[in-house]
Amino acid sequence: MAPVIEATGLTKRFGDLVAVDHVTFRVEQGEVFGFLGPNGAGKTTTMRMIQCVSPKTEGSLQVFGMEVEGHESEIKRQIGVVPQENNLDPDFTVYKNLLVYARYFDIPLPEAEATIQELLTFVELSEKRDTPIEKLSGGMKRRLILARALINRPRLLILDEPTVGLDPQARHLIWERLREIRNRGNTIVLTTHYLEEAERLCDRLVIMDRGGILVEGPPRELVKRHAGTHVVEADDTPQVRACLDRLGARYEPMGELLQAYTDTPRDVTRALVGECQMGHVAARPATLEDVFLRLTGRKLRE
Amino acid sequence: MNNPLRLLALPRLTPRVLHVWQRNRDVFVKTYRVNFLPPFLEPILYLLSLGFGVGSFIPEIAGVSYAQYIAPALVSISIMNAGFFECTYASYVRMYYQKTYDAIIATPLTIDEVIVGEILWGATRAFINTVIMLPVLFLFGVLDLPWSLFVIPFAFLAGFLFASIGMCFTAMTPGIDTLNLPTFLFITPMFLFSGTFFPLTLLPKFVQYLAVALLPLTHVVTVIRSLTLGTPSPLLPFSLVWLTVATVLVFLLAVNLMKRRLVI
Ligand SMILES: Nc1ncnc2c1ncn2[C@@H]1O[C@H](COP(=O)(O)OP(=O)(O)OP(=O)(O)O)[C@@H](O)[C@H]1O
Ligand SMILES: [Mg+2]
Repeated sequence: MAPVIEATGLTKRFGDLVAVDHVTFRVEQGEVFGFLGPNGAGKTTTMRMIQCVSPKTEGSLQVFGMEVEGHESEIKRQIGVVPQENNLDPDFTVYKNLLVYARYFDIPLPEAEATIQELLTFVELSEKRDTPIEKLSGGMKRRLILARALINRPRLLILDEPTVGLDPQARHLIWERLREIRNRGNTIVLTTHYLEEAERLCDRLVIMDRGGILVEGPPRELVKRHAGTHVVEADDTPQVRACLDRLGARYEPMGELLQAYTDTPRDVTRALVGECQMGHVAARPATLEDVFLRLTGRKLRE
Repeated sequence: MNNPLRLLALPRLTPRVLHVWQRNRDVFVKTYRVNFLPPFLEPILYLLSLGFGVGSFIPEIAGVSYAQYIAPALVSISIMNAGFFECTYASYVRMYYQKTYDAIIATPLTIDEVIVGEILWGATRAFINTVIMLPVLFLFGVLDLPWSLFVIPFAFLAGFLFASIGMCFTAMTPGIDTLNLPTFLFITPMFLFSGTFFPLTLLPKFVQYLAVALLPLTHVVTVIRSLTLGTPSPLLPFSLVWLTVATVLVFLLAVNLMKRRLVI
């Protein structure tokens, strides 16, 4: 089957700034595809090009097999968007927001009403039907935006940081709903800063930095490839370094600690505690966060 | 955008334009009480204070009573304000603060359609104001019938021009505060010096030329006064041509300036 999104050498410049720098990726039908990366990496810019609201500077970008340029309305008709910034219509209630949005898609009124009913139940907002937007909590707004993005029954759902600022309950609700949407055969593209979210939801993901894609693959595989199965942490002292060097372990300083990436945490821990007489040693399973920090560094981004 | 002619490129539109108009109408209807009162009260206040107050010192102006003279100006000013302010402050709030445009362009609608829908709505506000004002003015006996009825469709077209003018400023303003500049430097002088409350001929010759060459309100007043008095002004044909050309040019400019601002 043709890929849902195919980007080749996709580039976006804002004046001299290269926000997205020759990225190439493919999103297949039915998968959840994640974009990770520090602030300013170019995630939102990439999403906006896929959504056909921001023209690309260079490269090629196809959605549903159509070149984005010149097919904007056709593509937009089949996608749903959860933007990074909330943009619900503050002049309307919950229900009216969805109704007005359905009209933009030329959905006939009876069908729109039925869909809205269903979607409000889906995001558990039926009780808030007649509430003005300003009276909703942050989590409710996010859920309403998700419902709004589904109003046209999109083949492709694009979510830019869908769970930002949500409590664990709200986040779990959204994750569950996204899985349901995926299970119906739809494709989901999302960006997130929550690495746990990416690890749980994404079939495949890319890590972006400074406009480029650093790595791509299924989350488990990326962890295995770039961090091993486990991380062993010990104080950063010359003795520990010498000891780890002797063991031939890959390690990196992370603040005041050394982190060793290994598939044999038991051996490394035993060696550190036993032979090297180290006090503080801890072993834990490696996570996507280890990969992320290794690849993008610890420095704060502007 | 190096080629200046691109600023006059034709927008690509579908009937979906109407959905933007409908969105604004729905908000308007929700708060209809506040919306209907000003165009109803304003002509009464102006007519009483200026028309019959100041007017009692003016036996006659250009062959008619002072109230008759300023009635078409009041309609014209209301059209100007409705169109201009709808597509400056109100549109800017929707564009910048409420992110309404961002939400709409994530649907099949294009930015062209959003802007044109907004301008059509601005024209509609002018139209609604006029429809409310005319019966009030009629009761004061300052309108000639049936010619005055033609003011109603004309109000939509004139409103369309002022909405487009407003949209040009919205496209260029750095922030909402700087929208005060066109208001004070353009709208207020136009309100006073477009043959509204006294004939242009009282002004120095070159100011008259400026008013005729540059101020759209001058031409709107000319047309509406010709209709409400039932006597065509000698300037009428010229005003109609001026308005047609200006409307087309400013409308295209508005759409393309907005696109330049928003398509990034
Ligand atoms: N409209 C714009 N004009 C100029 N520069 C922009 C514009 N939009 C984004 N940028 C720049 O492009 C780069 C990428 O921004 P983008 O919003 O895509 O990052 P992001 O990965 O989504 O970041 P975050 O995680 O903070 O949302 C940044 O350097 C940003 O400053
Ligand atoms: Mg972003």
